[in-house]
Amino acid sequence: MTKSLGRAEKLSSSAGSVVFDADVLVLGGGPAGAWAAISAAEHGARVVLADKGFCGTSGATAAAGTGVWYVDPSPERREAAMASREKLGGYLQDRRWMARVLDRTYAQSNQLADWGYPYPSDDDGRPQRNSLQGPEYMRLMRKRTKQAGVTILDHSPALELLVDGNGVVAGATGLRRQKGDRWVVNAKAVVIATGGCAFLSKTLGSNVLTGDGYLLAAEAGAEFTSMEFSNAYAISPAFGSVTKTLFYSWASFTDEQGSVIPGASSKGGRSVIARALRKGPVYAQLDEADAETQRHMRLSQPNFFLPFDRTGIDPFRQRFPITLRLEGTVRGTGGLRIIDDGCATTVPGLYAAGDAATRELICGGFTGGGSHNAAWAMSSGYWAGQGAAEFARQLGTTIGRQAFRRGTVGLRSGSGRALQGGPLARSVQDEVFPYELNYFREAGRLGGSLRRLDALWTDASDADAPDEEELLRAREAAAMLATARWMYRSALARQESRGMHRRDDYPEPDDRYRHLVTTGGLDDVWTSARPLASSQFSEAAE
Amino acid sequence: MIELVVAERCTDCGACIEVCPANVLDRGPGGLPVLARVEDCQTCFMCELYCRADAIYVAPDCDRRVSVTKDEVLSSGRLGQYRRHSGWDEWADQFPNEQWLMETVFRRAGEAAAQSKAERPDVSGRK
Repeated sequence: MTKSLGRAEKLSSSAGSVVFDADVLVLGGGPAGAWAAISAAEHGARVVLADKGFCGTSGATAAAGTGVWYVDPSPERREAAMASREKLGGYLQDRRWMARVLDRTYAQSNQLADWGYPYPSDDDGRPQRNSLQGPEYMRLMRKRTKQAGVTILDHSPALELLVDGNGVVAGATGLRRQKGDRWVVNAKAVVIATGGCAFLSKTLGSNVLTGDGYLLAAEAGAEFTSMEFSNAYAISPAFGSVTKTLFYSWASFTDEQGSVIPGASSKGGRSVIARALRKGPVYAQLDEADAETQRHMRLSQPNFFLPFDRTGIDPFRQRFPITLRLEGTVRGTGGLRIIDDGCATTVPGLYAAGDAATRELICGGFTGGGSHNAAWAMSSGYWAGQGAAEFARQLGTTIGRQAFRRGTVGLRSGSGRALQGGPLARSVQDEVFPYELNYFREAGRLGGSLRRLDALWTDASDADAPDEEELLRAREAAAMLATARWMYRSALARQESRGMHRRDDYPEPDDRYRHLVTTGGLDDVWTSARPLASSQFSEAAE
Repeated sequence: MIELVVAERCTDCGACIEVCPANVLDRGPGGLPVLARVEDCQTCFMCELYCRADAIYVAPDCDRRVSVTKDEVLSSGRLGQYRRHSGWDEWADQFPNEQWLMETVFRRAGEAAAQSKAERPDVSGRK
């Protein structure tokens, strides 16, 4: 193995495990993780990136296409871009962060162009930089990550963080699924870029997103925020995985008998669809799209048509059954709480980027996904990589530092009964998929669900570690369980409807809740209220 | 979910095994990929995209197995369809990246929504 200066060092490769020494370890190889790894390397760090699947195909972006919140730097356009989202997000955003994300996204997108991303031009020859084709984008990001000198570990899910005697994060350890052994990375800083949690709902590309990074960060003491904004559901064919809710703007929605469902709509009427789905099947037909729009849909999103072409359905001329798939925090705005401009979490040495981090700073309580999340991945990835590299540099030498494993549930010996990931994951899904529990929330139902989820946690905590084959599934299920408990505790705490969070018992926004909800804890889940930074600014300005 | 790797097309390059984010395939005897954990397949179609031999068929059903035969798949014209329409590899010139058209689609969606709202004043969106 040739070792160039600036690469993470492979220390040993004894039977059963491989050990690396790095400055920065990035967990997750979607856009946020790749940007973080490149940024950390550019800021002088020796970097390892570990992805649960394959950096380049893993995650919600790689399998799809995404808009990007790319806005020309004219003050009027920037102002309009920020203002247009504030009402939707429930006025919880932070203007300062919106402005810096717009700046950073502009810079990173132009960087992508310099790297050769094939941005198309419109009919007037102007380059179009406000959307990215997922597979193409992530293939390029993998290439650039390698060229930056980053060591990539594919099929290498992290299992737990390592923390030193002072509570500073010191690396992580995990599995190498295709090698059948384990990895250990001793690092001076860790970036969590493992995405959100979509609860194995099969929404496109998101089954690798089970909240794994949340769990290991929580085990090191990290805090979360806006976890009540976690109940996004996307429209897909009932049988298929491809979620592109936007295309249903041209749909008519009908019931079993073929009668139009009054008020059903992809935008503003999705709750009507959810209610109708509780009574019986719902069908859609994209019959309102004209020929030109149909052509654009086909050209821009070839994957949308795969399920139709392969079942012989013409979605413009025939109706087909649909469902709503939970996208959880992938399209929600909840995630790890960020406490500075370098995307540090509340745990020293631990940074967060992309959907693993909260997007409340730019989206408040609502994101339609895509555009803003893509901008956030680029920006927070860049900052987290820089922040982590800087932290590592200031930490200096760590020779002789002791590191302790922080993993809990599913990794220890307990009652003699092994934790079973499959059944546990299904039990969690039974609490977070049903529309009457998660889409339409209410104190009594949330409370009942939390009692069952807390009981599942007690059970899981008492269980034994399963064997190596089942370990990943067990940890994924435990992460889903922890995520569900933070979601519903936060949902109970917000006694109003705001953003995507809707309470049947409190159907309107209430100004007393124009704050953020922090949550955390594993055995005991807690919540607390935090004032908005932006409201303090605006009050000062008035 | 992934249902078939057409053996006579497969060049044994191993790309599908490597790129599958859900680690569904294993290297089988003689190197050909085998569908080892189909229940983990998330129906993301990435294996099809990375298969230069157009040997892989992912069925549209993401929740259940469906039976397909090699002959059906070979005659369907669907092998390589996604790779071609995505302008991947050798198809880059013929099917250029038109993802940006989403912006037009987006704008029209907004216009359509505004129009339908105007036509159905009784249906109020959520405030």
